[in-house]
Amino acid sequence: MSQRPRVAVAKFTSCDGCQLSLLDAEDDLLAVCERVELAHFAEASSDLQPGPYDVALVEGSITTEHDAERLRELRRQARYLVTIGACATSGGIQALRAWGDVGEWVEAVYPTPAFIDTLATSTPIAEHVLVDFELRGCPISAKQLVTVITALAEGRRPKLPSHSVCLDCKRRGTVCVVVAQGTACLGPVTQTGCGAICPAYNRGCYGCYGPMPQANGRRLVDQFQRLGHGADRLVPLLRNFNAAAPDFRRESERLEQAADGGAS
Amino acid sequence: MSDELVDVPILTRVEGEGALTLRLRDGKLVDAQLRIYEPPRLFEALLRGRPLEDAPDITARICGICPVAYQMSAVHALEMALGVMISPEIRRLRRLLYCGEWIESHALHTHLLQAPDFFDAASGIELAQRFPEEVTRGLQLKKFGNRLLEMLGGRAIHPINVAVGGFHRWPPRAEWDALIPSFEWGLEAAQAAARWVATFPFPDFEQDYESVCVAGPGEYPFNEGDIAIGPSMTIPVAEYEQHFAERQVAHSTALQSVRLPAETAYLVGPLARINLQREHLRPVARRLADEIGFENPCRNPYRAIVARGLELVQAYEEALTILREGVPRGPSRISYTPRAGQGCAATEAPRGLLYHHYEVDDAGRLVSARIIPPTSQNQGQIENDLRAYATRQLLTTTRRDVIATGCERLVRSYDPCISCATHFLKVRWEDAV
Repeated sequence: MSQRPRVAVAKFTSCDGCQLSLLDAEDDLLAVCERVELAHFAEASSDLQPGPYDVALVEGSITTEHDAERLRELRRQARYLVTIGACATSGGIQALRAWGDVGEWVEAVYPTPAFIDTLATSTPIAEHVLVDFELRGCPISAKQLVTVITALAEGRRPKLPSHSVCLDCKRRGTVCVVVAQGTACLGPVTQTGCGAICPAYNRGCYGCYGPMPQANGRRLVDQFQRLGHGADRLVPLLRNFNAAAPDFRRESERLEQAADGGAS
Repeated sequence: MSDELVDVPILTRVEGEGALTLRLRDGKLVDAQLRIYEPPRLFEALLRGRPLEDAPDITARICGICPVAYQMSAVHALEMALGVMISPEIRRLRRLLYCGEWIESHALHTHLLQAPDFFDAASGIELAQRFPEEVTRGLQLKKFGNRLLEMLGGRAIHPINVAVGGFHRWPPRAEWDALIPSFEWGLEAAQAAARWVATFPFPDFEQDYESVCVAGPGEYPFNEGDIAIGPSMTIPVAEYEQHFAERQVAHSTALQSVRLPAETAYLVGPLARINLQREHLRPVARRLADEIGFENPCRNPYRAIVARGLELVQAYEEALTILREGVPRGPSRISYTPRAGQGCAATEAPRGLLYHHYEVDDAGRLVSARIIPPTSQNQGQIENDLRAYATRQLLTTTRRDVIATGCERLVRSYDPCISCATHFLKVRWEDAV
């Protein structure tokens, strides 16, 4: 029998929710441990083994120079590097600093800002090192994570669907909240993975899995404006956990510029 | 010095990784510092200017382990600012949601994070080789907590159903009813788990604590009530900031809370709650506390795992009671009109009191936010404990790896934000010249 692949879990700036997903896969956890060796997983074990690793699962975004260096070292240690979650794939909620003044923000939060070391940016992992696979979501789906780990353990590329949340709503039989209630819902441009839960709970999708490939955000935003939603609500809707994902970022900035232009 | 990995939690402005520095002079401890170097995320700043409805979804992202606590403190504080009165049915469902989070968090910490320490195991998975039934039972207890969160909140991590004014939707009756047998099993299993952890070999170490927790109106604390400071003082939540303040220290990106006016450390979390609110435990949990002879007040931080075990019973007992009362009726959400104002609230996250304070404008936007998580509040007390512990250990041993391991376990007993924390503390020794 060949050796089990060695897996490391690393965390940068984030809430820990995505690595917790692995521990939340209670029924699959022991089975996963049989297929792979969790060689370095600080959340679960004090036995932290050094690299190299076959797979590094990376949670969190890069907000300090020290972390950028730590990430580069991890990349050198890992055969495959997989990002898990919105922070790692698009910068996370902390990427909102791109539209603020980080110096002023630090001053607003800390009495002695000089003690605080943070970059003006919160960047995804792929801006720093080569990423082999990206797993979306805020948080990720435990089921998708197990699929990815299993595939990599078997030496094949993971295959996950990339259609929109809309399709899952249809499959669930959820009445469309845009059509029926005029709700601003990012489902049409958001990648599947969550199970289309928000519309099933009578609210619009807020895009926690980020934009799907070939999302036509512009047309969707135009439609929401025709339904009476203003930029004051649509900009925050596009700017949350995947605010820095290019499609969401572009539309939020276009809306903001149009609103500013209209006001002046 | 070898790297000993312990963990230190930190929440709102930071979250995750920490380290411990013990500073020695002539072999005697000069200082112990809990250094939290998790990069700041600046939530209180990024919330400004956003629609107030965003607060529960965004503050949930402060912590993947206790998102419900953030959602609950946020909605209560904003409802105070807006003058919204929630219905008893909404209140009942919020307590149920909180039960799910306590169950999931306490079962995880008890079985996978802290229990291995008492048996020199590196992980819950390793512990499972020695105690397969107990660890499997713990995972099952945790799983039902997650199922409850999924039923009410849509998903266990960062639930989506919580709204200012109530819930977006009531849960479906079929899913609600289907959980009842799991919780009947859980109430029994949680008692067995609590009896098990009560037999662990606890180090002999006691500290004086000033306990602080929400003091519910005639019930074990969750979502509302005044704030009890020790056994004889109670203040309204609105006066919290007159009695507590945050201080910044150079060695940590987490602010530390102190009691005013003396600037002293205090204790929040399961031990604080049970020390002050034991008589409000539900009958099964209260009887079990008596049966296992849980001392009151308990001054041994390692025994927080027993308090957590009792609270696991309490949460299963309360959840089962609410589930048996049936699915809620009436409107799931109270509507409101935005207005300028301020509001604050404190709730009990699994690891202690969580305080939020917001100011909103008349267009329904957040003007300011203040969030004080439990780990920030416990940080000073953890450092006090470490100083006392390391000082005492240095009298009997010079083996630094032994002392470091003991320190690591002491920190872990606080459950300082589970995921981020507990197995990630590097101990650095500095010999002063």
